[in-house]
Amino acid sequence: MNLLRKNDLIMLGLSLVIFAILQVLITTKVLTSFWELNLIIIGINVIMAVSLNLINGYTGQFSLGHAGFMAVGAYTGVVMTTFFHLPFIVAIIAGAVLAGLLGFLIGLPTLRLRGDYLAIATLGLGEIIRIVIMNLDYVGGAAGFKGITHHTNFAWVFLIMLFTLFVIKNFVNSSHGRACIAIRENEIAAEAMGINTTKYKVMAFTIGAAFAGVAGCLFGHNFYIISPGSFTFLASFNYLIMVVMGGLGSITGSIAGAFVVTFISAVLAPWPEFRMIIYALALILLMFYRPQGLFGYMEVTSMGIFRRIFKRGHES
Amino acid sequence: MSEVLLKAENVSIVFGGLKAVSDFDFYINKGELIGLIGPNGAGKTTAFNLITGVYQPTTGSIEFAGKSIVGKKPYEITQRGIARTFQNIRLFSELTVLDNVKIAFHSHVKYGLAETVFRVGRYFSEEKQIEEESMKLLKIFKLDGHAYDQAKNLPYGAQRRLEIARALAAKPKLLLLDEPAAGMNPQETKELMEMISWIRKEFGLTVLLIEHDMSLVMGICERIYVLEYGMIIANGTPKEIQENPEVIRAYLGGEA
Amino acid sequence: MDFLHQFVQQLINGVSLGSIYALIALGYTMIYGIIKLINFAHGDIYMVGAYIGFFAITRAGLSIVPALLISMVVTGILGMIVERLAYKPLRHAPRISVLITAIGVSFFLEYASMYFVSPTPRTFPEVIPSVAFNVGPFIVNGQQMLIMGITLVLMLILTYIVQKTKLGKAMRAASFDVETAQLMGINADRVISFTFCIGSALAAAAGVLVGVYYNSIDPLMGIMPGLKAFVAAVLGGIGILPGAVAGGIILGVIEALVSGFISSTFRDAAAFAILILVLLFKPSGIFGKNTREKV
Ligand SMILES: Nc1ncnc2c1ncn2[C@@H]1O[C@H](COP(=O)(O)OP(=O)(O)OP(=O)(O)O)[C@@H](O)[C@H]1O
Ligand SMILES: [Mg+2]
Repeated sequence: MNLLRKNDLIMLGLSLVIFAILQVLITTKVLTSFWELNLIIIGINVIMAVSLNLINGYTGQFSLGHAGFMAVGAYTGVVMTTFFHLPFIVAIIAGAVLAGLLGFLIGLPTLRLRGDYLAIATLGLGEIIRIVIMNLDYVGGAAGFKGITHHTNFAWVFLIMLFTLFVIKNFVNSSHGRACIAIRENEIAAEAMGINTTKYKVMAFTIGAAFAGVAGCLFGHNFYIISPGSFTFLASFNYLIMVVMGGLGSITGSIAGAFVVTFISAVLAPWPEFRMIIYALALILLMFYRPQGLFGYMEVTSMGIFRRIFKRGHES
Repeated sequence: MSEVLLKAENVSIVFGGLKAVSDFDFYINKGELIGLIGPNGAGKTTAFNLITGVYQPTTGSIEFAGKSIVGKKPYEITQRGIARTFQNIRLFSELTVLDNVKIAFHSHVKYGLAETVFRVGRYFSEEKQIEEESMKLLKIFKLDGHAYDQAKNLPYGAQRRLEIARALAAKPKLLLLDEPAAGMNPQETKELMEMISWIRKEFGLTVLLIEHDMSLVMGICERIYVLEYGMIIANGTPKEIQENPEVIRAYLGGEA
Repeated sequence: MDFLHQFVQQLINGVSLGSIYALIALGYTMIYGIIKLINFAHGDIYMVGAYIGFFAITRAGLSIVPALLISMVVTGILGMIVERLAYKPLRHAPRISVLITAIGVSFFLEYASMYFVSPTPRTFPEVIPSVAFNVGPFIVNGQQMLIMGITLVLMLILTYIVQKTKLGKAMRAASFDVETAQLMGINADRVISFTFCIGSALAAAAGVLVGVYYNSIDPLMGIMPGLKAFVAAVLGGIGILPGAVAGGIILGVIEALVSGFISSTFRDAAAFAILILVLLFKPSGIFGKNTREKV
């Protein structure tokens, strides 16, 4: 079992090396501010995708309202720092708590719904959240929230992303995570094995919502103004695309999905009129040739070359 | 006298006009191996679903270990000590054989969320124990060689054995088996029946076994209940059942 | 009295808006019924229909009815092409991959349209004289009459097709159970193709009618109505044709009432809130049958 802990440490070490390299490249301006911004967006998208994957991929509950929780985190966060002058970290925690709480309150009644019915209900709830924010003059309404202090930088995003990955990876590789996966595989059998399916569905939904809140708070403090228009159901679709593209039920996949989607749209930025057309075609072609996503249920730690570094610890 | 583990009185359930089970009266003593037989559509699986809380009875009471379990959710009933298999196999088919068994240890895991997320405290020791106990169960059912295969890729008979192994991982007092030998060849069936008697002794279990084929249960069950059209038409030792004219009529059709 | 008057007036507005949702929702629900796909591109098909109608009127100088028919035919064919190219290869893929493909198709139609017809909104020409009829104290304008009239006619035709024609019956059989239908000699591919054709044609009609009603069309016009139509389909019980119509009308009426009496900013929120409430009490929609899995 110390093997698992050792694998964690190797991973952590590797991540920190990547972080150090990127941070140096940013400080020395080798990476332009355009690419720094994109690295930040990738990090935020990774948090969004992994937390959505916990709900959609691991627990099998089809949620299409993830951007709504992101909005709650973003607005809670900017209110904390702008109106109450609280430290950034407090804002992040507050965003997570409020988004998580809302996830809990929404999840409790709606997670009884199945499949596409749950999808449209969560989509609707995400839209309701956005419309309510749009009608709150306190946070600037439809025009947006102005005068935000720019707190988010690459270091914050990377370290919080790492924390998120760590928490969600450990969660899914435990008895609690197995309970969620069992629900995805066969709800009736899961219940017959002593799993309180309602509790675990709500738990996954709440944790997922809380991390969406964290991502939202990072997103909100990356600009001087945020508006409800950033959190429409099309944004939720975008996170779903990252998850499915990477592979439902694979953390590695969500990282890859967030990276690929953000990277494609950054590379195509100079051709705005073709950008979305190419993106759409790429999406369709990917689904033709790899409908299970880039990674399926696989994790990078259980693949060929990495097997040797991460000896058999049987983490899925 | 031996103590009663499960007792059902007057249990009935109606599905839109059809009385799938009616006035179901029965008991199981601790340590017994009981058979529940009956023709197709007699209501055997429905009786299981009533005991395990999948369906709620329209009338009647069900007690397990002296406490009523009517109105309890299936997972609560499992946590109290009743585990089951399914007639139409319900494995976690995309997962490995080992994970299928590990999942069922769920209600015996004590580490909490904080210990999970930060991997401290009981996390490692309990995970290690779960893995070892799971492998032990897989060995008993000759599945240890397939531990890392996906459950859906197992041969049919092995899938049925995995269902039993998984149910045992929930550490039940009472094990309900719904046609565990369905689809197996005679040799596999014979081995399975021997294995069931063996695990009963080894784990100190009480077992309720549904079987379609009467001859199968005769050999290993102490008592047998016979169900027809949702009603118990006979109950007794295998010998009594074999000679019961009602049962002969139900199985051979009209004439007897 | 004043309240009642306004209420009925909003009801009339609601039914005409609801008719449009109903036309789009029918396609959604038919397609879902057969291949269990939430065809998120359906709203964009409706947008394409509106543009074809627009060009038929402005470029070819047609009047409304021929323009409507041309738009329905061309869009119907487009629907079949989309199905053939994008969804058919994924017949056995996981449902979520097909859904993502549908989102891809949706993006493609939106942004390809933007490229070809420019993102700026177009003003739909006035095709029928702007008359207003007084029905007692209430006002029904010409566009509303047109919308409700055409919707009614199309629904009668659809009912005939589904109830009486061979393909329609095959469609119903396939939406009940594709595999069994195939065993009974129904050519599933043809039925699916036909379903996309009819569904898209109905959406095209809705697109042209919306152009007539609101006078303005743009490449992203399909996003919200598409979503609303899906809400309508789920509200009525997805896969059920009368459910889609009822859902559409209910949604239209709710939106009109909320806009008229509360505020139009809460219009969309109200639609979703009603949907969620209905689902919580009747998880399979108003007309849906609650089925439970047999254990
Ligand atoms: N959920 C349900 N809804 C409606 N009817 C049901 C339901 N479950 C079972 N039934 C009906 O109840 C009757 C008993 O079914 P059950 O599955 O209990 O029979 P069984 O004895 O297990 O038969 P078999 O040997 O075929 O497994 C059948 O007529 C069946 O159709
Ligand atoms: Mg049965």
